[in-house]
Order: sequence, then structure tokens, then C-alpha cells
Amino acid sequence: MSDTPQSGFDMDLLRFTTAGSVDDGKSTLIGRLLYDSKSVMEDQLEALQRSADLTGGEEVNLANLTDGLRAEREQGITIDVAYRYFATKKRKFIIADTPGHKQYTRNMVTGASTANLAIILVDARHGVVEQTRRHAYIAGLLRIPHVVFCINKMDLVDFDEEVYDKIKSDCLDFVPKLGIKDVTYIPISALNGDNVVDRSEYTPWYSGPALLQHLETVYIASDVNLEQFRFPVQWVVRPQKDEFHDFRGFAGQIAGGTISVGDDVRVLPSGLRSRVKEIYTFDGPLEEAFAPQSITLRLEDEIDTSRGDMIVGDDVAPFVAKDHEADICWMHEDSMVPRRKYLLKHASNTVHTMVTRVKHLVDIDTLDEIEGEASVELNSIARIAFKTTKPLIYDAYRRNRQTGSFILIDESTNATVAAGMLIPPTSYQPVAGVESLDYTI
Amino acid sequence: MAGLLKYNNPTVEPQMSKYRLSHIEYLESEAIHVMREIAAEFERPALMFSGGKDSICLLRLAEKAFRPGDFPFPLLNVDTGHNFPEVIEFRDRRAEELGAKLIVRTVEEAIQKGIATPKPGEVGRNRLQIPTLLRAIEEFEFDAAIGGARRDEEKARAKERFFSLRDDFGQWDPKGQRPEPWNLYNGQIHKGENMRIFPISNWTELDVWQYLEREKLEVPSIYYSHKREVVRRGGQWLPVCDLAPLTEGEESKTLSVRVRTIGDIISSGMIESEVTDCAGIIQEIAAARVTERGSRADDKVSETSMEDRKKQGYF
Ligand SMILES: Nc1nc2c(ncn2[C@@H]2O[C@H](COP(=O)(O)OP(=O)(O)O)[C@@H](O)[C@H]2O)c(=O)[nH]1
Repeated sequence: MSDTPQSGFDMDLLRFTTAGSVDDGKSTLIGRLLYDSKSVMEDQLEALQRSADLTGGEEVNLANLTDGLRAEREQGITIDVAYRYFATKKRKFIIADTPGHKQYTRNMVTGASTANLAIILVDARHGVVEQTRRHAYIAGLLRIPHVVFCINKMDLVDFDEEVYDKIKSDCLDFVPKLGIKDVTYIPISALNGDNVVDRSEYTPWYSGPALLQHLETVYIASDVNLEQFRFPVQWVVRPQKDEFHDFRGFAGQIAGGTISVGDDVRVLPSGLRSRVKEIYTFDGPLEEAFAPQSITLRLEDEIDTSRGDMIVGDDVAPFVAKDHEADICWMHEDSMVPRRKYLLKHASNTVHTMVTRVKHLVDIDTLDEIEGEASVELNSIARIAFKTTKPLIYDAYRRNRQTGSFILIDESTNATVAAGMLIPPTSYQPVAGVESLDYTI
Repeated sequence: MAGLLKYNNPTVEPQMSKYRLSHIEYLESEAIHVMREIAAEFERPALMFSGGKDSICLLRLAEKAFRPGDFPFPLLNVDTGHNFPEVIEFRDRRAEELGAKLIVRTVEEAIQKGIATPKPGEVGRNRLQIPTLLRAIEEFEFDAAIGGARRDEEKARAKERFFSLRDDFGQWDPKGQRPEPWNLYNGQIHKGENMRIFPISNWTELDVWQYLEREKLEVPSIYYSHKREVVRRGGQWLPVCDLAPLTEGEESKTLSVRVRTIGDIISSGMIESEVTDCAGIIQEIAAARVTERGSRADDKVSETSMEDRKKQGYF
């Protein structure tokens, strides 16, 4: 690409994740996006050249650009999530690069949790394989709004339209069930750059965009929930200065919806009502604010509010309960111990929890649900029922990725052991004081 | 190879949606959220303020997170003693302007007390910052240290978490890192452990300068072009100073230069530049072909040098 990245301030940010089986060409593709967008610097290329010289003077391998730590290089594999950055004239991009292998599910869940978009690579020669289904399933589970299947190595199948069509129709057998809003299929050659930055002359039968064009233009403004106002209180600002004697502000990042001065709000879990007096920011007061801005709210009334509470709009309420159900991905080598206490962090709230029941496990290869006694191990996806000591104030994950997600922490090792996505409760038992709130499942 | 067929995406985004954050606004909001999480989840955090551009951004983000209140943490600087005087002057002045408490611990003092020991022939002080920092953390019982490191700086940092756990010896275990899904950071630690936290993890060098420009923040003058006596060593221009005078056969030159990153004065590579303001730097970086770390002599030694230092407790 001849355009240098733009130095403007007012660009969108798109976060995406990449997935594929080993050798599908993921590193090559990322290397190419970085290289063609001029995000690879000369000293990085030199360093690559030096290591190529050391290992026997091979050609510089673009895939090595995205290879991280030495320990991993020594094993010849990558094992974690790495973040990369590049920009074009239109957008800034953050890639969560989540390599495959054993810890795959865990890594992809982490990368997917913040992504607007997932790129799933399919080797044109091998077509849809188990891994493809897995990756698409995880993208759906994590509610990534946009998924792009990149059918790679088209050069090795003579850019044959039939190969592309077959893979696309195989995907259409299972993808529509996964709840992904927007799915795109692009035939590419990561190695040669076909349909990566510009459209390739070898695929005249393909009328869609090149990958980068798609990344630059895909509509992401509706990826954030702008409907129900959700504001987890992180921190209370109470200046010790005379001039701010009366100042009491609730600081946090808006997790959903919009808010204006004068709006009616409720503070949960107490259910007390008030009205927005000021939207304070360091840069001056705002009339209106929206997710995901970080602001400080001041209310008309003196309501005792602290970290862990949530200020919400006056319309559809979140659930406020102590019994919950969720889909979790287990992320630790130590398996889940049923009925043991874990810490749970949800929004700005950390509480104790106990898993009361494993309802089913998902067989990630067949996507079947396995019921009955099952142990939840590293990379397991499970549906659980659990209790918390204090109420959680939450939405279903499919409505709001911020207020619908949590992590579990092992109290003895402090390790993060699971990532969870809340689902609407099968029978809702609101905590006392909020029975009257409207909610929808 | 890639041809030039035109494609017009029918769903081109209306850029001007009312509820839309620019990339800088998004990154800022993310960092403010991290700042507040730190304040809420740790008892004794400290913010590492060196006077460099990244930590200048951190201070502005702290203002955005906590004003009109005071900062819920002091500033901490590990002073190598190998400084550009302009940076030290700026550091002290900025801390005072903000009404923040500044704690300085020096490598010099750590050497005298036997906490840091230079290897024979070791002149640079980047390595000696490690024991000095660890000692300061112990002295003040800090349970979290906020730093301005970014993932785009170097390959070894690409996998760094926002919340990065260090054990009793300040060591980092690349495999024992906690997953960080969504924006849910796990701040639980055992006594003696310490968290390094990087609110601007997702920023690039360009983002930092755009932010400095947008916020009209002052930076030490050596970031801008100035005349300086420099000498060519190891493929880069290094400042000639009392700590690293000219040796036999070396010749110095006086050039218009600036630094891209501030470290130990004897290893801070200077780039030739006529740029005198933030906007100029933004343009220069957008067109640059070398990463900012490419201009630091200490990172050139081996491709994995940064990773080794990190395991030992360096930022
Ligand atoms: N012919 C061809 N080879 C490719 C293409 N993309 C990647 N490869 C090759 O496939 C191999 C694996 O690629 P790599 O990017 O390392 O795969 P990863 O394991 O998914 O990261 C390498 O030898 C690449 O050169 C492509 O589009 N066409």
C-alpha cells in the first residue's frame, strides 16, 4: 500500500482477533498486514534478517514478525495472546493474536472478549475442519459481532472459485446457528498478498472487498450497547479541599447506554432513585455521555453509594440476584472443584461464589452438550449454576458484554481460573428492594 | 499479485455517528478505567514518573481519573544519576505543579549501600535500576507500581498484561501470566508480591504524541531538536558528556538532534531532526522507518535483551 498511516486524531479503532489451525497462515497474514501497512520498521526487519542469518540464511520470514518470547521461540511455538498494532488512513487496529495448540480455547476466549471482529483462517486445500467449527463457536459464544472467514492459500488451488464456494457452503451449514451478526467470506493468499490489501486479479469471480478494505469499512458503531444505561461505580471522588467541600462524584466507565444531565437514575442494589446533577470530567462538564466513556457522575440526592454499586437508567433494569447461570471457559490447569468457594469479579464488584451445579459441558469438537457429572478442566466450556454472597447486578451477556461478563479467581493462588458469560436466569429471584423493577429476559 | 480492481463497500460507515469515540478517546477512557481500578484494588500504589513522554501521559490520565480529588498515590522515580539535566528539572517542576508527592531513589545511593553492584566495566545504569526499584518498593511497601510501558515497544512486551504480577524477587514469569478477558483485571496478590500495571499498554508511540499534542502537554526540551555535541558509536549518535567523554581517535560533531526515548544519558541515541514541536514529531513518526527502541544502545545487544531484563524486574 502506498499510503502511509495517517497521523490524524479522529480515527476509529477496530479490535480484532485471528484464529486458525497451525500452518493455516495466520502469522503470514498478520505479518503481511503489518508489512503492507508500513507498520514494520527497518530495525525490526534487520533483527529478522539477523536471525535468518543465524539459522542458516533463509529468506526473511514475515511470520517471524509476530513471534514473541524467547522461550516460545526455542520451543518453536507460541503459547499466549500477543497484541499488535497497525494503522491505515482510515482506522487504527489492535490485533489480539491468539495462537493455537493446547491452550487454544483459553487464549481465543481472552482475545475474543474485546474484539469487534474475528478472522478465522481456513486452508483452501483442507476446507472446513474441526478447528474451524471450534473457532466459529467461540466467536459466537463471546458474541464477536463480525466474523470473517479467510480462505487462505488460494494460490495452491489455482484460485478456483469452486473451492471457495464449497468452503462457504460448508460454513453455512453451522455458522447461522452461532448467533453471529455479520459473516464475510474472503478468498486470499496471505503469502502473495492476494485480496489482502487490494483485490486480486486472480479472483475476478469474487465481488467482495479485500480483507483490509473490509477491516477499514465494516460498520462498528453499533457494536457497543447504547440502549440501557449501565454505570458500575469504580471509585468515589471526594476532594479534601475547601473549594470542593460539597463535591461527591461517582467515577466509572459507562458500560452501556447513554446518560444526560437531568436524567432519572437508580442506584443498585439499593434501588434508590435520583437524578443526574452533573457529568463531571477533567475537561469540563458534559451534557451527555455514552459507553464506553469514563466520567464522574454527580447526583441530585445524597445517596450512600460506593464501589460495586451500579447506577442505571430508569427504563429496563438489570437483574439483581444471588443465584445465577452462566457459560464459562475454564482457564487454569487446576480443574474446577465443585462447591468450593471462588472469588468472582464482575464489573467493579468482587464477591465470593460457589458453583452449585454443572449443567452441561460443551464438546468443543462436535458442539454437543454433555450432561451429567463432568469435570471442568482447562479449556472446558461449561454451563454452570452458581450462587454469590452478595447480589450481582448484571445483564445477559448477549445484551451487554460488559455487564454480562465475569472472571473467577482462585482464592489460594489468586490465579484467574475462568471467564464467564451470564445468561438470563431460568427463574428470576430478585433481591429484596428491587422486585418492582422492569426487566426483560 | 494484488491487482487494482475497485471495490465500493455499500455499507461504508457514517463516520459521524453521535455516539462514537475516536481511537484516542477510546484509549484514554480505557486507561482512566485502569487508573481507577488500581486506586480501588491496591492499598499502596505508586506511579513511576521519569519525566519521559509516556509517564507524562500517565500523569494526565491520573488527573482525568481522580480530579478534583488528589492523586491516591505518590510518584516514584528511580534516578540513574546519568541524566539529562533538562529532564530532572522538568520532573521536579511537573510534580510540584500537580501537587503530587514525588519520591526519588537513586542508583548512586543503591550502589553505596551495596543494594546494586555494577559488574566490572559496566558503565550503563539501566540494569542497576532494577535492584534500586525493588528496594524502593520494599522500603515503602508498595503493592502496585504504575508504569508507562506499551505493548508496541518491543516484541517481548506484546504479551504483557495490563496487570503484570511480580513475585517476591520482582521477577516476571512469562508463562504464569493471568488471562485478562474483557476489562476485568485481577488485582489479587499475596503479601510480598507486587503488581506492575500499564494503563497505556494499548497505545503506540504515535498515540502518545497525538495525546501530548491534544492535551497540550509540556515535555522535556530534549525531545525537540537542539544543537548538541554527539559522537557516532555502535551505529548511532550518542551525546558527548562528562560520563562518556570522547576516547582516542573519536571525533565529535555538533548536530541538530533530538531523543525519541529517554534513558541513561550515555546510551540514549539521538536522531538527527529539525523538529521543534509536537505536530512535527507526529509527522516524523508517521513517516519513520525505525522503532523508538531501535535508538537505544542497550536493546541492540541481543534480540532478547529486553525479555531478560524484564524477567529480572525491569519495566
Ligand atoms: N502457498 C501459500 N503458502 C502460504 C500461504 N500462507 C501461508 N503459507 C505458508 O504456510 C506455512 C505456515 O504459515 P504460518 O503463517 O507460519 O502459519 P500459522 O501456523 O497459521 O501462523 C508457511 O510455510 C507459509 O509460508 C499462502 O497464502 N499460500
